[in-house]
Amino acid sequence: MAGAAVLGRLAPLKWRVASLAELVDETPHARTLVLDVEGWEGHRAGQHVDVRLTAEDGYQAERSYSIASGPDDGKLELTVELIEDGEVSPYLVDELHHGDTFELRGPIGGWFAWDPAEGGPLLLVGGGSGVVPLRSMLRARPADVPARLIYSARTLEDVIYRDELEALGDDVVLTLTREQRDGIRSGRVDADLLREAGFAPAQEPRIFVCGPTPFVEAVASELVELGHPPERVKTERFGPTGR
Amino acid sequence: MTPISRGFRGRSRPDAPADRVPPGQYVTDDFPVLSAGPTPHTPIDQWTFTIDGEIDEPRSWTWDEFRALPSEQITKDIHCVTKWSKLDTDWEGVSVDTLLDGVNTEAEYVLAFSDGGYTTNLPLEDVTGGKAWVAFGYGGEPLDPEHGGPARLLVPHLYFWKSAKWVRGLTLRNEDAPGFWEQYGYHNYGDPWREQRYWGD
Amino acid sequence: MEELDGNGAAGRLREVFALELTTARGQCTHCGNVGALGEARVFMDAPGLVVRCRSCESVLLVLVRGDDRYWLGAQGMTWLELR
Repeated sequence: MAGAAVLGRLAPLKWRVASLAELVDETPHARTLVLDVEGWEGHRAGQHVDVRLTAEDGYQAERSYSIASGPDDGKLELTVELIEDGEVSPYLVDELHHGDTFELRGPIGGWFAWDPAEGGPLLLVGGGSGVVPLRSMLRARPADVPARLIYSARTLEDVIYRDELEALGDDVVLTLTREQRDGIRSGRVDADLLREAGFAPAQEPRIFVCGPTPFVEAVASELVELGHPPERVKTERFGPTGR
Repeated sequence: MTPISRGFRGRSRPDAPADRVPPGQYVTDDFPVLSAGPTPHTPIDQWTFTIDGEIDEPRSWTWDEFRALPSEQITKDIHCVTKWSKLDTDWEGVSVDTLLDGVNTEAEYVLAFSDGGYTTNLPLEDVTGGKAWVAFGYGGEPLDPEHGGPARLLVPHLYFWKSAKWVRGLTLRNEDAPGFWEQYGYHNYGDPWREQRYWGD
Repeated sequence: MEELDGNGAAGRLREVFALELTTARGQCTHCGNVGALGEARVFMDAPGLVVRCRSCESVLLVLVRGDDRYWLGAQGMTWLELR
């Protein structure tokens, strides 16, 4: 039989009804939504969902959110950061009540996703809410896969998943860009930090960079300059309004 | 039946008289930025506006020459095919009639062209007779690059994709040919009052 | 204006493609650059989705969603390899 490899055909994406099971405060500006979604079949770490809200007059708005929960957590979680004059995030963060419903489709994305079978080491670099899909990857990681997370946040108050990340000790390097705090480094993620805290190119890490577009572009090009092959650096850009 | 999300309203959508809002549109106070590509940044000393094609002699203006032309303040409602409408928007610009003054042409169509390669097509009669401008000011300020500055075409009676941002000229044509969005499903004419969004509407 | 990458377009692209587009590799007709669509420059706040070459900005692909049909323009890619 001629090589009839099974192509990874995707099931058509349908909009499903999601209802809010639980709300978890992460920071003063971010909350995690724990959702029940009819027919949800699971996800790969790094993937996202599209959320659609419909108002009574038929007006609709759609946004994408990275999945915050790990593939084996048994529940679907999204972490939403409140955007000041946003259209969708104020609703999801401040208005949603238990049992409220909206539409959701996913999981989506094959490029910015990691399966444990791919192995490591894993170098994860996140800016702001870019840490969300990276946390899903950390949760998916078996104990024998080395990983480092370099996480840039504006202030300590903005750090999402602080307790969970602190438990990872030296595997997580935090830097604050708008605040000085004793014992925590400050400044942007630059070549020095990447060289110091990341894996060397010789260790052939799989690299995932996520956050606002300018952050991702700066970090990705620093990584390539440090000698990491571009094809091992996978990026996901959030727009200026974040996700 | 699409589920309604309790309590979701989106951004405020001010009430407006029905005769100002074309079918299927929502009124907004915002000015959403929609773009098919990155914002170009042509230095103003290299900017020109050109009328070419079916014309005896192409004509061209530098920025200073363009700004020396008579201009006017215009207040218009604008309607985007993505369903938002914005009422009473204030612009300042040069009428296309001024730019075409004295031009003898048999052409019935124009193709507007912009920095970055964007194009859109219109009948010549839809950019003349006081219906279109090359606008350089919005809301009393110079037009922001995000919204098409230094200058964009302004044709408010048609869906706003026809109001080409970063416009650099008009090509006069005897025959119609689809521009960027018109090639990819958008209606060749685009009258919001007849809801002409897509081919065949 | 939001400029994203191919990941942001993934949901919309899955409405018409049965295979994953973000991992698909394509060649830009204009400059010859080969890359994964996941890394392409994507403009979504438009009357349609526009995917541009990260190297030269040329349009690779356009997807418009109408009420009851889609339009796809893909002349900006010489080839596209999907798995």
